[in-house]
Amino acid sequence: MSDTAILNNNDMVISKTSVSVLFAGDSGDGMQLTGTQFANTVAVYGSDLNTFPNFPSEIRPPAGTVSGVSGFQLQFGTTGVYTPGAKFDVMIAMNAAALKANLKNLHHGGIIIADSDGFDAKNLNLSGYGEANNPLEDGTLNDYTVFKIPVVSLTRQALADTGLSVKIIDRCKNMFVLGVLYWLYSLPLETTIETLQTKFKNKLDIANANIKAVQAGYNFGDETEMFSQHGRFCVAPAQKKAGVYRRVTGNEASAIGLAAAAKKAGLKLFLGSYPITPASEILQTLAGLKKWGVKTFQAEDEIAGVLTSIGAAYGGALAATNTSGPGLALKTEGLGLAVILEIPLVIINVMRGGPSTGLPTKPEQSDLLMAMYGRHGEAPMPVIAAMSPVDCFYAAYEAAKIAVEYMTPVLCLTDGYLALSSEPMLVPAPGDLASITPVFSPERKADDPPYLPYKRDERGVRPWGIPGTPGLEHRIGGLEKQHETGHVSHDPENHALMTRLRAEKVAKVADIIPDLTIDNGPEKGDLLVLGWGSTYGAIKKAVEQAREGGLDVAHAHLRYINPFPKNLGAMLGNYKKVLIPENNCGQLLSIIRDKFLIEPVGFSKVQGLPFNEMEIEAKITDILKEL
Amino acid sequence: MTDTHTCMTAKDFTSNQEPKWCPGCGDFMVLQQLKNAMAELCLKTEEVVVVSGIGCSSRLPYYINTYGVHGIHGRAMAMASGLKAARPDLSVWVGTGDGDALSIGGNHYIHTVRRNLDLNVVLFNNEIYGLTKGQYSPTSKVGLRTVTSPNGVVDHPINTIALTLGAGGTFVARVMDRDGKMMKEIFKRAHNHKGTSIVEIYQNCPIFNDGAFGPFSDKERKDDTTLYLEQGQPLVFGANGSKGIRLDGFKPTVIDLEASGVSKDDLWIHDENDLIKANILSRFFDDPNSTGEFLPRPFGIFYVEDRFTYEAALDAQIDKAQEKGEGTLEELLAGNSTWTIN
Ligand SMILES: Cc1ncc(C[n+]2csc(CCOP(=O)(O)OP(=O)(O)O)c2C)c(N)n1
Ligand code: SF4
Repeated sequence: MSDTAILNNNDMVISKTSVSVLFAGDSGDGMQLTGTQFANTVAVYGSDLNTFPNFPSEIRPPAGTVSGVSGFQLQFGTTGVYTPGAKFDVMIAMNAAALKANLKNLHHGGIIIADSDGFDAKNLNLSGYGEANNPLEDGTLNDYTVFKIPVVSLTRQALADTGLSVKIIDRCKNMFVLGVLYWLYSLPLETTIETLQTKFKNKLDIANANIKAVQAGYNFGDETEMFSQHGRFCVAPAQKKAGVYRRVTGNEASAIGLAAAAKKAGLKLFLGSYPITPASEILQTLAGLKKWGVKTFQAEDEIAGVLTSIGAAYGGALAATNTSGPGLALKTEGLGLAVILEIPLVIINVMRGGPSTGLPTKPEQSDLLMAMYGRHGEAPMPVIAAMSPVDCFYAAYEAAKIAVEYMTPVLCLTDGYLALSSEPMLVPAPGDLASITPVFSPERKADDPPYLPYKRDERGVRPWGIPGTPGLEHRIGGLEKQHETGHVSHDPENHALMTRLRAEKVAKVADIIPDLTIDNGPEKGDLLVLGWGSTYGAIKKAVEQAREGGLDVAHAHLRYINPFPKNLGAMLGNYKKVLIPENNCGQLLSIIRDKFLIEPVGFSKVQGLPFNEMEIEAKITDILKEL
Repeated sequence: MTDTHTCMTAKDFTSNQEPKWCPGCGDFMVLQQLKNAMAELCLKTEEVVVVSGIGCSSRLPYYINTYGVHGIHGRAMAMASGLKAARPDLSVWVGTGDGDALSIGGNHYIHTVRRNLDLNVVLFNNEIYGLTKGQYSPTSKVGLRTVTSPNGVVDHPINTIALTLGAGGTFVARVMDRDGKMMKEIFKRAHNHKGTSIVEIYQNCPIFNDGAFGPFSDKERKDDTTLYLEQGQPLVFGANGSKGIRLDGFKPTVIDLEASGVSKDDLWIHDENDLIKANILSRFFDDPNSTGEFLPRPFGIFYVEDRFTYEAALDAQIDKAQEKGEGTLEELLAGNSTWTIN
C-alpha cells in the first residue's frame, strides 16, 4: 500500500487507500452521531466503508471515567473494506478517559487528535491517569503524531455571538472536531450541513450553531500552523459498481429485508416483538413502516412476541419476531409450536455475549447451537446467518422466502456487530429480488373432497389454509397430528412418520439453496478457512493477506447452516486442513465434526469483540507451518 | 341484518371430533352454548377462529366446526391477539382455563385485557388443574386439599373479576355452568361487544374438584348465596327476592326487605357502565362457608365500557400513513437518503 504525496494549494496532500478512524469520548459527547456523520460523508463521496459503534451498556455511566467511554470506529477506503479495521490510524480523544481506553488499539505512529480541554485535572483524575500525569505533556505519546486542540475553548469562541447558552454551545464541540477531520481528509461539509438542516429544521438556532461549529473546525484546519508540517490526506473514492446507494446498519437491513419480502410475496408483514439490545432497532424500524402496511406489536414479553406472530401467521400474514439470546431462550416453546403447526415464521436472533444477561452490548456468535437444537422434541428448522450489515437484508429476505415456501419457522442469525455496523448498500431493483410464492389453499366447494390440512406436496410442504376461506375449516394444534388429516393422533407409527416428514421437509430446503463457493483461494489445497456470520470481513482480509504472503489457503463462508449446501462435504474434502474461526467456543466446529466426521481446527474468540484480520492471519500462518 | 334463513345451525358448528371430557364435566354445557350462540349470531363457520391454550377446557377448538388452534399452555391470548391484530375481520374466541389464563398465562391475561383487542374469552374456572390430574390452581380456595396441597392450600386465590377490572377490562361477566340460557345470552353480548370480553364460567370438575361451586348451585343454599345482575334492576336475592343490597356510601349492606320495610326502589340499581360500582361488586367474593356478614356472589355482566380496540387504532394509524397511497417496494428499498455512483 503505497502512499503518494502531492502538493496542492500549498498543502501537502497524501493519498491513502484506506483509513480507520475512531471517535472516542464520553457517553454524552455525541460520538455516535459524529461518527455517523463522518460515515455518511465518506459514503456519499463514494468510499467503501464499514462502521462499528462501541458503547457502554449503561445509558449514562459516570462522566469522564473509562467505563463511560463511547466509541465509533469506521474504516473507509478505495478498495474493498470489510471491517472497521483491526487497529485504527486516527483517534479522536475528547477526554483523557477516551485516550486511556483506546490507546492500545491505535497503530504505532498513528494520529491522535485530542481535545486538550478534556485533559484538565478533573478529567485526568477521573480517567485514572492522575492530574500529575497528563499524557499529552509527559512524553507518553512520543511515538504518535499528536494534535492538541482546545476544542471546547475554540468552539465557545466561534459561537460566542450566537447568544446561545454555554451548555448548548459546548454540545457543538463534536461538530468542531468533525470539521477538523473533514479538513484533514479533504472531505466536503455539504452532507453534514444538509443533515443538520433537516434534523433541526424546527430549531434553526441549534442547526446554525452546529453548522458554524463544523465550519469553524474546518477553518481551523486551514489556518492553524499545527498541520502544515504534516500535510493533509485524501482517500480516492472506491471503484464501485454504478448505481444508487444507501447506508444501512445490519438491524435496518434486517427490517427492510422482512418488509421487502412481504411486499414481494403479496403478504402483510406482522412483527411481534419485545425490546432487547442489540435487536430493538428491528422493531423500531418496522414500527416506522406503517406506510407500507407493516404491523408491529410490542408484546409484554418474548413469549408473547413469538405467540402473537404465530397467531398472525396462522391468519395468513408474513409473520416475524426478533430478539437476542435471552429472548430466544424464552421463545423456544413457541418455536416448537410453530414447527408442529407448520406455519411460516421468521425469527431474527441478534446474538450477543452470554450466558444470561452476559454482555448485552457486545457481539458473540454463541447462539448457534441453540438455534440448531434449542427446542424440546425433534424440532428441526432452517437456520441461516448473515455475514455483513448489507447481507442482513438478503438473509432476512431469504429467511422469509424459505418460511413461506416451505411452511416452516426459519431462524435467521445476525449479531451485535452486524446489527450496529453500517455499510453502503447498492439499492436493488424490485425485479432483482427473488420471487416469493405462498401457496394458499383455495376455497373448497360443497362436493369437493374433504380438506386435508396436512396433505403434502412433492416437497413435503402442506398448504396454507387460512381462516376466512369457506370450506377449509379445520382444527390444528400442538398435539401430534395424524398424517394428512391433521387430527390429533397418539398412534406410535404416525408419530414416527410425522417426525420424519417434518425433518425431510427441512432437509429439502437444500434443493433451493446455492452451492457453497470459494470466496477467495484455490479449489483444492492445504487449508480452507470456513467461516459463518459476522466473521466474514475479518476472515476475508486475513486470507487475502495470507495469500499475498504466498500461503496456500482458501476461504469459504457459510450462509446456510441448516440444511448445509449440498456440496459442503465434498468441498471440505479438498483441503488437508479446515480452520473454523468463531466468536464462540467452537459451535459450528461441533456441527461440522458431527456431520462430516472430520476434525477441523477451531479458533475461538469469546471476548465480546469481533475478530480482527491479524489474529486470523497469524492462526493461518501457524497452522500452515505445522502442516 | 341477520337473515335467519341462511344462518347456520348449532349442528353446523359441531365438529367431527368426539369430545373427550369426563361424563358430567361442566365443559359440555359451555361447548353447547357456544355453538348455540354462534348459530344465533348468524356467524359463518369460516369466519370464526377458536384459539386455546392447554388444559381440559383448552380442547374446545377441536369440538367446534370452525377454524381453530390449540396452542401452548398459557399463551392462548397472545396467539389470539396476534391473529386478531393481523386479521380484524375474523371473530376470534379464546377458550382457556383458570390455570392456563391466570397462572402460567397471567402476564398475557393482564396485557390482553388492557389492550382491548376485540376478542371473546371464555374462561373455564374449575378452581383446579384438570388435565394434569388435580393439582390446586390459582383460584383454588385456601385450605383445599389436593395432590400438591395435602395439608391444604395456603395461597390466596385470585379474584378473577377484580383482577380483570383492575387490568382495564371492558366487558366483564361471570356465569355458572349450569345456567345455559344465561350463558348463551352473555356469549352473544360478548360477541357484540367491541373489545376484549371476559366471561368467567364457574365450571364443575366432577373428577378433581366436584362441588367446588356447590354453595352457589345447591338448591338449598343458592338463593342466599347468589345474586343475579340485571341491567337497571335492583340487586335482589334470597328466597322469593326477600333480600336486597343497598349502598351506604361505598359500603354494600344486605337488607332484609320484609323486616326492614325498605322498598326495592331504594336498593342499589345495577348499572353495568358504572366502574366504581362494578369494582365494589367484584369484591363480593366472600367464602359462603365463612361466618359473619356475607355478601352473595354476583353472576351476570358486571361491567361494560365502550373503548377503542387495539386493532382499530392500529389500522387507523396505517390508514393515516397511507393517506397519500401505500409505500411502494422501490421507496422501501431506497429509504430516505441515497446517492448515486456512476
Ligand atoms: C409449559 C407447560 N407447563 C405445564 C404444562 C402442564 N399442564 C397442562 S394443563 C395444566 C393445567 C391446566 O389447568 P387449567 O388451565 O385450569 O385447565 P383445566 O384442565 O382445569 O381445564 C398444566 C399445568 C404444560 N402443558 N406446559
Ligand atoms: S378432569 Fe375435570 S375438567 Fe377435565 S374433563 Fe374431566 S371433569 Fe372436565
